[in-house]
Amino acid sequence: MTTATVNTHRDPRDRHPLLEQLSQLWRNKTAVLGLVIITIFISAALSAPWISPHNPIETSLYDQLKPPVWHDKGTWAHILGTDELGRDLLSRIIYGARVSLIVAVISVGLAFTLGTLLGCISGYYKGLIDGIIMRVMDMILAFPYLLLAIVVVAYLGPSLQNAMMAIGITYVPRFARIVRGSVLEECEKDYVIAARAVGANDGRIIFLSILPNCLGPLIVQTTLSMASAVLDAAALSFLGLGAQPPTPEWGAMIARSRSLILRASWVMTFPGVAILLAVLGFNLLGDGLRDALDPRLRD
Amino acid sequence: MLAYIARRFLILIPTLLGVSVIVFLLLHLTPGDPAELLLGERATPDALEQMREHLGLNEPIHVQYGMFLKRLMKGDLGETIWTRQKVWIEVKQRFPATIELSVAALFISCFFGIILGIVSATKQYSIFDYASMLGALAGVSMPIFWLALVFMLIFSLNLGWLPMSGRLSVGVELKTITNFYILDAVLTGNGKALKDVLWHLIMPAVTLSTIPMAIVARMTRSAMLDVLRQDYIKTARAKGLSRVQVIFKHALRNALIPVVTTIGLQFGVMLGGAILTETIFAWPGVGKWMYDAVMQRDYMVIQGGVLFIATLFVVINLCVDVLYAVINPRISVR
Repeated sequence: MTTATVNTHRDPRDRHPLLEQLSQLWRNKTAVLGLVIITIFISAALSAPWISPHNPIETSLYDQLKPPVWHDKGTWAHILGTDELGRDLLSRIIYGARVSLIVAVISVGLAFTLGTLLGCISGYYKGLIDGIIMRVMDMILAFPYLLLAIVVVAYLGPSLQNAMMAIGITYVPRFARIVRGSVLEECEKDYVIAARAVGANDGRIIFLSILPNCLGPLIVQTTLSMASAVLDAAALSFLGLGAQPPTPEWGAMIARSRSLILRASWVMTFPGVAILLAVLGFNLLGDGLRDALDPRLRD
Repeated sequence: MLAYIARRFLILIPTLLGVSVIVFLLLHLTPGDPAELLLGERATPDALEQMREHLGLNEPIHVQYGMFLKRLMKGDLGETIWTRQKVWIEVKQRFPATIELSVAALFISCFFGIILGIVSATKQYSIFDYASMLGALAGVSMPIFWLALVFMLIFSLNLGWLPMSGRLSVGVELKTITNFYILDAVLTGNGKALKDVLWHLIMPAVTLSTIPMAIVARMTRSAMLDVLRQDYIKTARAKGLSRVQVIFKHALRNALIPVVTTIGLQFGVMLGGAILTETIFAWPGVGKWMYDAVMQRDYMVIQGGVLFIATLFVVINLCVDVLYAVINPRISVR
């Protein structure tokens, strides 16, 4: 009965505050630019088998080191040219978007899940368990970025899975800290006390009452972490610790092209541009989201 | 103040202990036998047993950690697997190269970052502001290992202006005293070597400075914008002081407080980024050494190097915190 009354009095133009804030994003031109870039990369990744002109790992003896199309000797068959094994660069870059985005989603997903869980426990239960969790987070943060990931992969052995795991682990503290802070703040508010008064259990209070109110900073952190995950994964693969051949991964492609730098600079150039654009896209969107969702986080 | 510093140093102890635990666990919880990991697959059973004994692998794990810690306290980071050198001595040899590179990169990033930030803030919403902030965002998003190769292609291979790798050209004599080549060249009054050293330093340092420079520029801009909105800036202008005077004397001093923290943190980040830069430019520092160790699976070097860099990182962060308290009178250091 009560809900019905509430509903009839509700202004239809009233939207969830999060949606309200997100609609501000459209007014931010740079954020929209970021969104466009990311959308292009995601579409390329999803439709890779249909839009790639060639098989990304198929080698061709006759097509080694063909220059890009605008070059004198370039052909439309290989728009961005080919590498030293005659593989089509455009196709490899399109498939590379797949690899990079999957790596970013999985590693950030891992960090998000673990970090949010730990942050919730820390902020909600406080006391000793909070102390322990946050000290462990401090320890992870005591390692310079990338170094810890490199070391973890060094011990586990070089592979894309291990690189994802290593990146995920190093990103956990960022999420844990943000969630803990928000949960600590929200715990003091009346609605939490009300939820407790009506007898909701801890899990319900944390995940259904508190967490939705901490979403803003979490979304921002997720987007910015996607940017650094793409970058770090490429760096690990460049060092030979991530994707292994013949996987079309941007960082690994750059590493292989080092010896060709004078003869065929395009083999090195395009994967780098792809990394730069993808990371820039996530950073642009993340900055815009931060302005829209979480003014406190502005640097 | 002293009490604050002392307390911060006390907090350092559990953090460093934690770092040692992580480094210890990395080797000992990795699947497989650490002795075999250290000696390689083709080690004889005798050698393996000796190594196990030496590492105390037959003891319970907490006893092993105790032994590990005891050795650390004595400054014993063990021996490298391949060259049988003391890890600590190798670190000391390579450390100056890394510091020289990082300090140069830090200098470049601060100088240009702060100038870009100030100009952007004073000309907010101008084309220059948009361009430099988009540039800064591109800088933050830069895969520096790629940028390094692009620099090499342009400035070494095509234009031939800068040397491609290393710290010193073959044939240039330099008597090393401190292993900081710039300092050594100055101390021995060796002008030719100094020029050569600086020439070698430019590309790696600029590469390494890219991301920190962008971060410093963004930070300076937003800090300046915050400060420029304050009333005392209006007062200073109303008093009849020139714009330049107000910006540099009144605004910048306050705006720099948060920037200093950022810069300090970037120094630590650079120690990590140095692995990429040093590897590409064959810069004989700790970063390249660690990379080589990873490739050769020299776990003693990895362990020692990580401990060393992490300790340095934690100590630098502590210094930044203390410095922050010193330069910011608004923070009470109870």
